[in-house]
Amino acid sequence: MRIASAVSRLALVIAVAATVSVGLVSVGMSTGARAAVFEPKTFTLDNGLEVVVIENDRVPVVSHMVWYKVGSADEPRGKSGIAHFLEHLMFKGTETIEPGGFSDIIRAIGGRENAFTSYDYTGYYQNVAREDLGRMMELEADRMVNLRLTDELVAPELDVVLEERRSRVDNSPGSLHWEQVNAATYLSYPYRIPVIGWETEIRALTRQDALDFYEDWYAPNNAVLVVAGDVTVDEVRKLAERTYGVIPARPVPDRIALRGSEPPQLAARRVEGTNPRVDQPSWSRRWLAPGRVWGDAALISPLEVAAEILGGGSTSRLYRSLVIDQALAVSAGAGYSAGGLGPQGFVVYASPRADVSIADLEQAVDGELDHLLSEGVTDEEVASAITRMERAAIFARDDSLAPARLFGAELASGGTIADIEDWPERIAGVTPEAVNAALRAILVPQRSVTSILRPEPAS
Amino acid sequence: MRKHLIVAVAVVLLAPALLVPGLARALEITRVTSPGGIEAWLVEDHRNPILTLTFSFRGGESSDPAGKEGRARMVAGLLDEGAGDLDSIAFQKSLADNSISLGFRSRADRFNGSLTTLTETRDAAVELLRLAVSAPRFDDEPVARIRAQIEASLRRDLQQPRTIAGRAWWSANFPDHPYGRSGDGTLDSVAAITRDDLVGFVADTLARDSLLVSAVGDITAEELGVLLDQAFGALPATAAVAETLDRAPALQGETLVIETEIPQSVVTFGQPGLAREDPDWYAASLLNRVMAGGFGSRLTTEIREKRGLVYGVWAYLLPLDHAPLMMGGLATQNARVAESIDLVRQEWQRMAADGPTAEELETARTYTLGSFPLNLTDSDGVASILLSMQEGDLAIDYLDNRRALFEAVTLEDARRVARELYKPEALTVVVVGKPEGITPTRPAPGG
Repeated sequence: MRIASAVSRLALVIAVAATVSVGLVSVGMSTGARAAVFEPKTFTLDNGLEVVVIENDRVPVVSHMVWYKVGSADEPRGKSGIAHFLEHLMFKGTETIEPGGFSDIIRAIGGRENAFTSYDYTGYYQNVAREDLGRMMELEADRMVNLRLTDELVAPELDVVLEERRSRVDNSPGSLHWEQVNAATYLSYPYRIPVIGWETEIRALTRQDALDFYEDWYAPNNAVLVVAGDVTVDEVRKLAERTYGVIPARPVPDRIALRGSEPPQLAARRVEGTNPRVDQPSWSRRWLAPGRVWGDAALISPLEVAAEILGGGSTSRLYRSLVIDQALAVSAGAGYSAGGLGPQGFVVYASPRADVSIADLEQAVDGELDHLLSEGVTDEEVASAITRMERAAIFARDDSLAPARLFGAELASGGTIADIEDWPERIAGVTPEAVNAALRAILVPQRSVTSILRPEPAS
Repeated sequence: MRKHLIVAVAVVLLAPALLVPGLARALEITRVTSPGGIEAWLVEDHRNPILTLTFSFRGGESSDPAGKEGRARMVAGLLDEGAGDLDSIAFQKSLADNSISLGFRSRADRFNGSLTTLTETRDAAVELLRLAVSAPRFDDEPVARIRAQIEASLRRDLQQPRTIAGRAWWSANFPDHPYGRSGDGTLDSVAAITRDDLVGFVADTLARDSLLVSAVGDITAEELGVLLDQAFGALPATAAVAETLDRAPALQGETLVIETEIPQSVVTFGQPGLAREDPDWYAASLLNRVMAGGFGSRLTTEIREKRGLVYGVWAYLLPLDHAPLMMGGLATQNARVAESIDLVRQEWQRMAADGPTAEELETARTYTLGSFPLNLTDSDGVASILLSMQEGDLAIDYLDNRRALFEAVTLEDARRVARELYKPEALTVVVVGKPEGITPTRPAPGG
């Protein structure tokens, strides 16, 4: 299920926000004091650049990431796709580095790099041997301020982005439908616009649009530097002061104010599509739910537990009822993540077996949701979900580089270190009453958006 | 298999002397042999209370009988859906309650499994693994459910241009050979699979003589020895997997088109490659970096960076057990797909004629050597390297010698291998879409 979309320069798509923060962040057992999850070290440079270091000496490599607090939801009207297009153009050189030169250096040392754009952030990273970290920081700091673009470089890259859109969206009936659903989910909030942009608007993007966006948003005081791996905070501090530290801060727009809010939804919406290239129908329903800035933060942890109970894997309520007991669906589940500035989605989804109609499937899902809302969750369900979520943290510590992504995504979309480090404690404190109250507050029929995608009927 | 007389566990520790400092710590590979004679390669790492076990058996989708394609895949979906006294619901509940990840996956010629568990739940995990591989139930409900899930997944995949292109390429190049029949199955073949077929696959395939195991994490060699016997000791000693015949692709230089109403053509191409054990493997692997190793490589530079024709273009060596291949692909708008394919052929020609430059070869080498530790940042990465080393029949000290093997490739070697390997006239191309300016040289299979 796609819950948030992210677009990246090569094949990498950063995991959707839901899977990142629902599954991965947790720690300790359910008794006694809880250890922090990753124990990151943090500091802020004089120019406002926030720095997070997650030390882990498992392998002598590091992940160096810069996250800008700007994404597709911050684009000027009519310029959809400019955040992502700029991300591509950031590889086209600076005053001192040839186009592609940064990539050449990374390749020669055996590093791996990529970049990605989402609604709330744009990120760049290099995974390299620890001794190469300083060079990466010099080069990334260089392109924070010294980007140089020519029309000769920009034109073919626009074609690349259009091919990327064709690959990701236009060739995929599911993605095309998702764009429609997403646009119908938000009346006003800019999440209604696809991260990669609408095709007609992408075609009209120019070099100057990219430079304007760069000038507006790319500044040390609007970025987060995250380094994970075999390095110490003292080493990072020295390097950061020498590289990023010399870049002056400058004013950036207030993106929360610019985005506006989302008016209350007063009527249920349905988006029903057909496509001749669809053979397997799918159904989903989404309700707007709290993000890091929008909505009632007190509902976040209870909703995370609720999603686990309702739709977390093959022991969840929806899978058990719809896929196993009633044998109506081939898949069913739920998802929610608070990771994002604006209104997020609490999603329930299912896909029918061959001989089952969407109407019958929807009725069965409604039955499960009605039962959930009227009877509530059980103490045992909550306890068991909490245990699973807490244990997930130990697994999250296994990868020496992956935490860089968690912290970058959280801090660049309105969250805090504590949103990750204290997560287990908040989850452990969730009660069945809180889960029930949160579900009743969010799963309101007139605030739902239902999506159906089915095969084109035979003519 | 080596014999051990007294000790419960034999340990051979190989100090990886030539690895960079620090990397050695991550990759002290120990050969562990259980009291019952089951071998595993182990990297002990006690920093987190986690154990990751990956393993594989010889025999996979290529042993699916004709008309029963998808059998190995269906077994993979069902081994964790009920075993021993535990029905599907009880089995899944035990996995979830203990936060144990247990999964199986079928490949062309092997059948893989993986287990990840916290140390505190390790006993339960090993018991579930034992049941899954030695006493799967294949009850009616999960069989029907997993069959329905595979069919739904086929209905999705068979609409994907990339799946369509791939199936056509394999089917046209490997007629009357298992590689020509998709291991994912078809709607008809998956419907035809019976419970007996599933039981038969398990009985024939899951045996100790072809089992390879790697373990990473919070376990000692002694503990692992005991675990291996618990998990796998009940399996039969020998497998009964039919031999698959070696086969070269049937087509040379053909172009096949499958007309589909999509805005972007999707292309799969391929030609013969070379086997993993071929002494020229290391040269070929560096050449592939030069050709298709992302930014700076020839294909990406010519087709994406200079001309904006594609978002992605790729090529890779695919050393299947019975057909070594070199495959690739791209996707571009219908109007420019002919130009893109021409560029691939031109690059093939240029590589065959001139080989790489000294600088390209050196960059490919420094990349290949330098990037290796990036595969080792988590337990899954380490475990899968240990397993693929065993599957490739590499020595346990291979990683000590890996640098030397790549450093030994000279520019002359690379030019010779380029000449022998890159055959523009042998590239067979399948296009799915509404390509302009492409005339197929033969009809696509089934179309």
